[in-house]
Amino acid sequence: MTTVLDLKHVSRVLTNEAVPVTLLHDINLTIDHGEFVAIVGPSGSGKSSLMYLLGLLDQPSAGDIILHGVNTTNAPESVLERLRLEKIGFVFQYHFLLPEFSALDNIMLPMRKLRALSHSQMRQRAEELLCYFGLKKAGHRLPGQLSGGERQRVAIARAMANDPLFLMADEPSGNLDTKNADLVFSLFERLAKEQNKTVITITHDPALAARAHRQINLVDGQLVTA
Amino acid sequence: MSLPLPLSLAIAYLVGRRRQTIISIAGVAMGVGFFIAVSAMMQGFHQYFIDKIIHVAPHVVMKDEFRTARIQPVTMQHPNSVVMLSGVKPRDERRGIRGGERIAQEIAQIDGVSVSPILSGQVFLRYGGKDVAVNLLGIDPVKEAAASNIQQDMIGGALSNLNTNSTGIIIGAGLARNLGAQLGAKLTVVSPQGVTLIMKVEGITRTGITELDYGQAYALLEKSQILQKRDQRINLIKMRLADVNRATILASALEARYGWRTEGWQETNQNIFGLFRLQEIIMQTVVGAILIVAGFGIFNIITTVIHEKERDIAILKSIGLSRRDIEAIFVLQGVMVGIAGALLGWALGWGLMQLLESFPINMTDESFMEIEHMMLYRTPRHYIDSGVLAVLAASISAYLPARRAAQLRPVDIIRSAA
Repeated sequence: MTTVLDLKHVSRVLTNEAVPVTLLHDINLTIDHGEFVAIVGPSGSGKSSLMYLLGLLDQPSAGDIILHGVNTTNAPESVLERLRLEKIGFVFQYHFLLPEFSALDNIMLPMRKLRALSHSQMRQRAEELLCYFGLKKAGHRLPGQLSGGERQRVAIARAMANDPLFLMADEPSGNLDTKNADLVFSLFERLAKEQNKTVITITHDPALAARAHRQINLVDGQLVTA
Repeated sequence: MSLPLPLSLAIAYLVGRRRQTIISIAGVAMGVGFFIAVSAMMQGFHQYFIDKIIHVAPHVVMKDEFRTARIQPVTMQHPNSVVMLSGVKPRDERRGIRGGERIAQEIAQIDGVSVSPILSGQVFLRYGGKDVAVNLLGIDPVKEAAASNIQQDMIGGALSNLNTNSTGIIIGAGLARNLGAQLGAKLTVVSPQGVTLIMKVEGITRTGITELDYGQAYALLEKSQILQKRDQRINLIKMRLADVNRATILASALEARYGWRTEGWQETNQNIFGLFRLQEIIMQTVVGAILIVAGFGIFNIITTVIHEKERDIAILKSIGLSRRDIEAIFVLQGVMVGIAGALLGWALGWGLMQLLESFPINMTDESFMEIEHMMLYRTPRHYIDSGVLAVLAASISAYLPARRAAQLRPVDIIRSAA
């Protein structure tokens, strides 16, 4: 198994506050290919801050984040953009689907930025993804015409569009009922198992967290068990 | 179809806010439309005026005056020194261009120049109890016909009648109306020198320029010399050029040679051209203001769209769209509004011109000049200028908020969206 993410002595401190606030302190963490990892912890423990660092949306104050052998610390924005485009898929608590675009077009957004496929190939891949996530008939509907669970599944399909190295999910079931939350986690399990995808998710729900291969516990910005 | 991603996003946002989009396009279109129509009107009027001047007025005139006073001999004797001379009085000489006939003959030798020597002076025309002061031009009918358009401007009688009736007079149409005089009327002409002649109206002219039609009359040069008691004198040499653009060069060459003040048509009408320039500045300011208002509209809309689409921006940036992509999404909206506005504005401008042209306006009495309908100057230049200006203004107005959008940090938005 290869290492997807390697964090070495990573900390994140907000220095532009009146008193510096330490969000994360000396995090050492390795996540391997095909792992399904759940990050758990009380609110304010730094889960989201860790997510943003792992997703290259934020930069650490100290330490190194090595993504698939590339040290991303202090890398130029253009390199980070490329890595996010090719290697990372994002799912958030809010679906962040573009309301003017159909489910199919939303899924095609990352592919159209990457431009590795022809238009018809992109379309075909988007349709396959919809099919895989059980949304075969939802392709031409706008996000406003979908249910909450369907929207989140479209968002996951979009995150998978460029066949990323790992999927990053920030409270993906936070806005969903139990049935849909269960469905989302089943999808994560399937992705890890069938497609050997690395999935990293934050969750509040201990029952859902228990379904992951590994749980990472954050308390006050520090890892408790890793 | 596979449009570039920022372009299809820009289109989706514009279509999503149809009302505001239409309003901002209309704003730009107004600016462009009025720019075109007003420019055409303004330039049309200017062009009409210039054409009239070139048609009616001499291209170059030599006058019986000097641009600067003559230098006193004593000053020439002591160059670079201070000379105090008291009791200096200009020589009392008969006014007029000395050797004018000879000068006129010399100028007439130049290729492409027709020359008419003239003695002009103020006289009173008296008819039926009415006294009107006019400028009487004493002319040689053949030479004047060659050096002006008097022949074409005749609306009654004939210029050649002056050759058969030496006491004939030709008056402007407005003057004829003022006096109530018709062809064949016998006017009493009184000069300030006290000479009185009875002259018969042998012709009526109409130039379209009010000042001339109401205040100018023509008679034989000899009659004018008798009236002014200035035998053998002329005080004006009118020239007409085959190429009007040579006027200024020829004028300064003649002035350098003969010393008499000589003006090209541009210099003679300098004050009016100055006025034109002022009009143009005012117009450009007004049109500029319209475009600035349209620009503010676009700025406002793009700012609102960006505020509403913060979440889209956040996810697009997380997906991997660059700052430039985000900028492009919103700048393209401005560009598209600008282009659509310009196209619509072109149609509007064209329509406005059709409308303006169809309105008859009656400015035949007492005004600056006679105009029967709007003079429009149509040129692709106005369309190109206004289009470029509109697209530029729209792009800048969109670029300012777009730059801010590109700097948004996805993390800040994601945090608040949960």
